[in-house]
Amino acid sequence: MRTLAKHGAKLLITLLLGGFLGATLVRLAPGFGVDEEELDSRLSQKSIQALRQSHANHDSLPGFYLHYLSRLAEGDLGTSRTLQQPVSCLLADRLPETLKSVGLGLALGWTLGLALAIISVMSRSWCVDLLSSLLAGIFLCMPAAVLAILFVIASAPGRLVLGLIVFPKIFRYARNLLTRSASLPHVLTAKAKGLGSVRTLVWHILPVSAPQLLALAGVSVSTAFAAAIPVEALCDLPGVGQLAWKAALGRDLELLVALTMVVTMLTLLANSASDLLANSRRRGEA
Amino acid sequence: MKWARIVAVAFLVVIGAMCLLADFIAPASYAHQFRDLPDAAPSRQHLLGTDDLGRDRFSRLLFGTRVSLFLAPAAALLSSLLAAVIGGTAGFLGGWWERCVMAATDLFLSLPWLFLLITVRALLPLNVSPLASVLITFALLGCLGWAAAARMTCSDARTICRSDFILQARSTGSWGLRLIARHVMPNLKPVLYAQFWISIPVFILAEANLGILGLGVAEPLPSWGSLLRELESFSTFSAQPWQFVPLILFIVVVSCFHLALQKQELPV
Repeated sequence: MRTLAKHGAKLLITLLLGGFLGATLVRLAPGFGVDEEELDSRLSQKSIQALRQSHANHDSLPGFYLHYLSRLAEGDLGTSRTLQQPVSCLLADRLPETLKSVGLGLALGWTLGLALAIISVMSRSWCVDLLSSLLAGIFLCMPAAVLAILFVIASAPGRLVLGLIVFPKIFRYARNLLTRSASLPHVLTAKAKGLGSVRTLVWHILPVSAPQLLALAGVSVSTAFAAAIPVEALCDLPGVGQLAWKAALGRDLELLVALTMVVTMLTLLANSASDLLANSRRRGEA
Repeated sequence: MKWARIVAVAFLVVIGAMCLLADFIAPASYAHQFRDLPDAAPSRQHLLGTDDLGRDRFSRLLFGTRVSLFLAPAAALLSSLLAAVIGGTAGFLGGWWERCVMAATDLFLSLPWLFLLITVRALLPLNVSPLASVLITFALLGCLGWAAAARMTCSDARTICRSDFILQARSTGSWGLRLIARHVMPNLKPVLYAQFWISIPVFILAEANLGILGLGVAEPLPSWGSLLRELESFSTFSAQPWQFVPLILFIVVVSCFHLALQKQELPV
């Protein structure tokens, strides 16, 4: 319970800090507070003055931040300048698509990475190890955007790209971890006593590596979300990544900051969950 | 794997030398347009053909590789210096400063890297000169990529500051900047050196992603990002296979960095 509260407090502080940084970015961006309506020649000087007055209330940075925070507390994430829609509505439309892509990508990346790492470690064949390392190495050296373009040319489902971006990182980490665990004295003793490969893996190697693998789960969520931008932008998937790309091209900072904060919150939640799981696993072992 | 590392380093040296001598090797300037030859196939004059604006692809590849290959280390140097200052002081001073720095590092590491990059990039003007766009792109990479390296540096600095030789140096009257310059920094060099080399392929990949999304180096200056962006106009793999040469070179160069760095990478 104490650890849970600690993680909650950490999440809240990070969000407040992130919110402050985001608000500062929006407030200091060139062109902030200038309304396009001011260019309307039909408006009188009085109307223009009234428009400027409406922006002047939040002119100072602390004032703007307090206003920003109070809006956030009410669930108002602002309005997108380029799309002229509330950010919360855009998020409600787009987030499920990204969560689906990221979920599928993580499942594929973890299955492929872990399976290849296990095969590579358990087979103890240099040929298998070289081939799997080569495969992971190729994907590790490819930008997510290039993979997305290649998938578009091949008319393959773009969501799979996220899996191929996550896979080499999981493979390399898991392979090193499993190799180290497989050479521990108690594993060698178990093997010497004639325990089968599957049993050695399930009973002796995986439990030792589990906490560190769980900690990696949180990091892989961040990798998948970051890769979602080029993948969704180039494969025309209507998710948060595509929205962020459009917002960046349109310099829609209010939308970009809100998206970054939401994605950061999801990443932090995933990190906290994996940390808690890894810690409880360690405590269970102790 | 020693031979593989030697081959990788040799390849990087050759590519680096070719890029340095691009002004002499390239048959044309990266911006020169052969207007009567748009989208030409490879020939003696144009080894990799021309792009849709009639610019020589081989020349653009040489100059683009030069931009990415020389500015990524510059960005890595900037991020390593930031990591040394931020992480080093945090580990050396400890207390509330270390806690603040570690909280900031946690925040930076939780932010998905590309979201943060495009947010800060969007804050800056998009219609800048090509040279300014190169500097902005790589300066951003350097300024935002310090967090992981700072964490490692902080942890190492903390260990060094608790070691016996530092205690002895303190007892002989070595304090403050002198202690940092003479005893702490020289011992932090290996971790900073490793972080510097590890950052290079990461920054090359990030620039390529930004470039393909149209948020990187501006035309007509080539970089790997803008060269790989050409792949977007493809409809099939077999149409113009020579256009994949930049991608193949990119993969080989980044693989060479990974191979050359295998010794530098830290164990799990």
